[in-house]
Amino acid sequence: MVDIKDLDTGERPTWCPGCGNYVLLSTLKAVISELELQPENVVVVSGIGCGSKMPHFIKTYGFEGLHGRILPVATGVKLANKNLTVIAVGGDGDGYGIGGNHFIHAARRNIDITYIVQNNSVYGLTKGQYSPTSQKGFVSPTSPFGAIDEPVNPVSLAISSGATYVARAWYMDANHLKELIKNGVKHKGFALIDVLQPCLTFNKINTIEWYTEKIYKLEETEYKPNDKLIAFEKSQEFYPKIPIGLFYKEDGKPTYEDQLPQTEGKQPAEQKIENIDMNLFFKTLK
Amino acid sequence: MDVAEDNFEKTISWRMAGAAGQGVVNVGLILAKTCLKEGFHVFANSENPSLIRGGHNYLTVRISNREVKSHEKFIDILVPLNQESVEKHVKSIKKGGCVIFDDKKIKISDSEKRDDVTFFSVPLEEFAKKCGGIILENMVAMGVTVGIMDLSFESLSETIAKIFSKKGENVVKNNIDAAKLGYDYAKENFGNNERFKLNKSGETSNNRILISGNQSIAGGAIKAGCKFMSAYPMTPATSIMETMASQERNYNIVMKQTEDEIAAINMAIGASFCGARAMTATSGGGFALMVEGFGLAAMTETPLVVVISQRPGPATGMATRSGQGDLKFALNAAPDDFPHIVLAPGDIEDCFYRTIEAFQIAEKYQTPVIILIDKFLSLSYKSAHFETSGIIVKRESMLSEDEIPDNYKRYRITSNGISPRTIPGQKKGMFTASSYEHNEEGHEDEDGNNRIRMAEKRFRKFKELSKEIKPPELIGPSDADITLLCWGSTKGVVEEAVRILEKEGIKVNYMHYVFISPFPEEKTKNVINNAKKVAVVENNQTGQLASIIKEKTGIDVDYKILKFNGRPFYPEEIVEEVKKIVEGD
Repeated sequence: MVDIKDLDTGERPTWCPGCGNYVLLSTLKAVISELELQPENVVVVSGIGCGSKMPHFIKTYGFEGLHGRILPVATGVKLANKNLTVIAVGGDGDGYGIGGNHFIHAARRNIDITYIVQNNSVYGLTKGQYSPTSQKGFVSPTSPFGAIDEPVNPVSLAISSGATYVARAWYMDANHLKELIKNGVKHKGFALIDVLQPCLTFNKINTIEWYTEKIYKLEETEYKPNDKLIAFEKSQEFYPKIPIGLFYKEDGKPTYEDQLPQTEGKQPAEQKIENIDMNLFFKTLK
Repeated sequence: MDVAEDNFEKTISWRMAGAAGQGVVNVGLILAKTCLKEGFHVFANSENPSLIRGGHNYLTVRISNREVKSHEKFIDILVPLNQESVEKHVKSIKKGGCVIFDDKKIKISDSEKRDDVTFFSVPLEEFAKKCGGIILENMVAMGVTVGIMDLSFESLSETIAKIFSKKGENVVKNNIDAAKLGYDYAKENFGNNERFKLNKSGETSNNRILISGNQSIAGGAIKAGCKFMSAYPMTPATSIMETMASQERNYNIVMKQTEDEIAAINMAIGASFCGARAMTATSGGGFALMVEGFGLAAMTETPLVVVISQRPGPATGMATRSGQGDLKFALNAAPDDFPHIVLAPGDIEDCFYRTIEAFQIAEKYQTPVIILIDKFLSLSYKSAHFETSGIIVKRESMLSEDEIPDNYKRYRITSNGISPRTIPGQKKGMFTASSYEHNEEGHEDEDGNNRIRMAEKRFRKFKELSKEIKPPELIGPSDADITLLCWGSTKGVVEEAVRILEKEGIKVNYMHYVFISPFPEEKTKNVINNAKKVAVVENNQTGQLASIIKEKTGIDVDYKILKFNGRPFYPEEIVEEVKKIVEGD
């Protein structure tokens, strides 16, 4: 088991004081350590946004790519070497806005990636514009008269797109967050953990207090996360109360990579490339 | 126009034309394969609109006992499967050529009649119906062709059997029967036609395969050890994906069709980051979507091969037509300055070897490499032989676990700019790749001096590569009246044009560029300064190579031979333009 201290890169985050990203960073390190993952076999893939700077602070392999393109890079990593644990991290603008298309397709492929979305309902890094999960009416520099768009419901979208592990977490409940992520990483298939994580600097509506009075845990109710239609129905609930916890889990559905016989033994990234015999190829053209 | 008729030089161009859905291309390739079986060289290309049914399609197969790398403007045999095809192509038939048609279905109007062309009428439709349906009329015509050309019927029937084997015995039998009826009819009614017969001496061989440019690219990628491809279908690049997919299980490759081109390039980068040799392929419009990812590969120094098969643009343009209008786009894709490596194979064999070279460069220099082809090269077929024994494929600029130093820095500043890389799974090599400007460790760093050091490091790799690339060669007499400069797919047609011009007593030499970047500046200056007249030959509107030459050497090229109607050049068109220029003073 890797010591959490050994997961420190020596780089220091520059997030705002009190930002939920700090909680997520320590949670991710704890998950890697507690699941006894070898850091060199973990790839943390992110995009662009405050929280996407995450890979720089965790001593594993990391890839901080382009805005919105987290999941394609993560998919390429997993398909090149499925023995790696792939954790994708990014914001709601990145994942549900510019990268929305990739989100749907990664979910339906059920590729074994754990996708953690730091959902603060605002564009933080560009200083406060409304995001795909901003409430209708959200006033921001680019929506001075209130956002007209209905917000994306990430949990509903993930369930309907075919994700096999769909959860919502609240960053203030660090233990609950850690368990949801841990189980997401352990789950074989596409896992979404949408983390409600208010931006203390730019979101003055969806504040810690706003969430605290609305949130309740699914685990403390009779709810069972094993029925897709019931899960979908549950995922529609957001006002006045916000459920957090595991909405849906489907075991046994094959992952994308496990349906590729050519990746059964040596991984594409590990194949020998010298002296490849071309006779078979030329024969098929004869 | 008659091309020389000595036996070694003789070529026969055969064209089948009809509506989309009449099987023009698939059936036409049966003739190409039959001729290949007989030991001849072939070159085949097709023209079709972006439609699944209707429209006008045609495929031309050029056959010879010498190597053919190009089509020609005029044809010997025309097989029109509908009325429209006569009108469109009858004027393209050489003197002494022929038309194979069904006079019950197709009427030859007075304006279409030609005294110097033989019209062979065959009851194509009636024979086709006898064998199972009207769709088989193309196969009856195929039999007639084989009869007239005095090719062996066995070669044809074996080709048919092989191509239709998956469709079941009945389909095979029906097709062979249809071809036989046509073949016998030709033998009985049209006699012996020396005009359409090719001598088997010369360079005939059974050692060749029929391969398209796209298949050749895929073959090169496989040989180069490409284990991951992600792409989104886009004409004319799609058959690269299809060929790679068909070989997935033979060569342990993952070919992933993605939701869009943006995903395609980013996925390939993810796979390459893990150590798999990776590629993507698209056309200009798809590459437009990939551009940000292209910069990502450059910034993170991740090896990547990107194939762009050009078609006319902008926007959707002409999906199924050809052009060379994306050269400057390829050379300038993505924000800010960084080295762009662009190579443009000249012919179908070249597609194979240059793709291998592209993968080696991409890995050694940890950079994206663009292979720039076009519809003409992608979707033309040629008989070809590949020599693979001397090809060296090896891993480059990667560290084994034992080689990783304790204070490993992924983006270490080195004298040649190359920083050996590690891949996930290696214990001592952990790092984060970043699309932000970064320091030697890979962490975000906006310090001005760091920025300069990293940007210069990325360019040093390019300088190093420039030393490695052999400049192109000037082919032909040094005292030529005119020097032609061309790049990419025009190589074959330019070579053919040069042959024709030589025969007509005009001295021409030419230089074909594969590497456009790094650009061979000194060689280009030298060639231009020693030439009497210089013309670029390009399939685009403005002469993009001429513009690069101006940028790199300061020299204005005198003449531009350009074609941008969406169709490749015919050698004869280049001949005509060259004559105008040479005789111009």
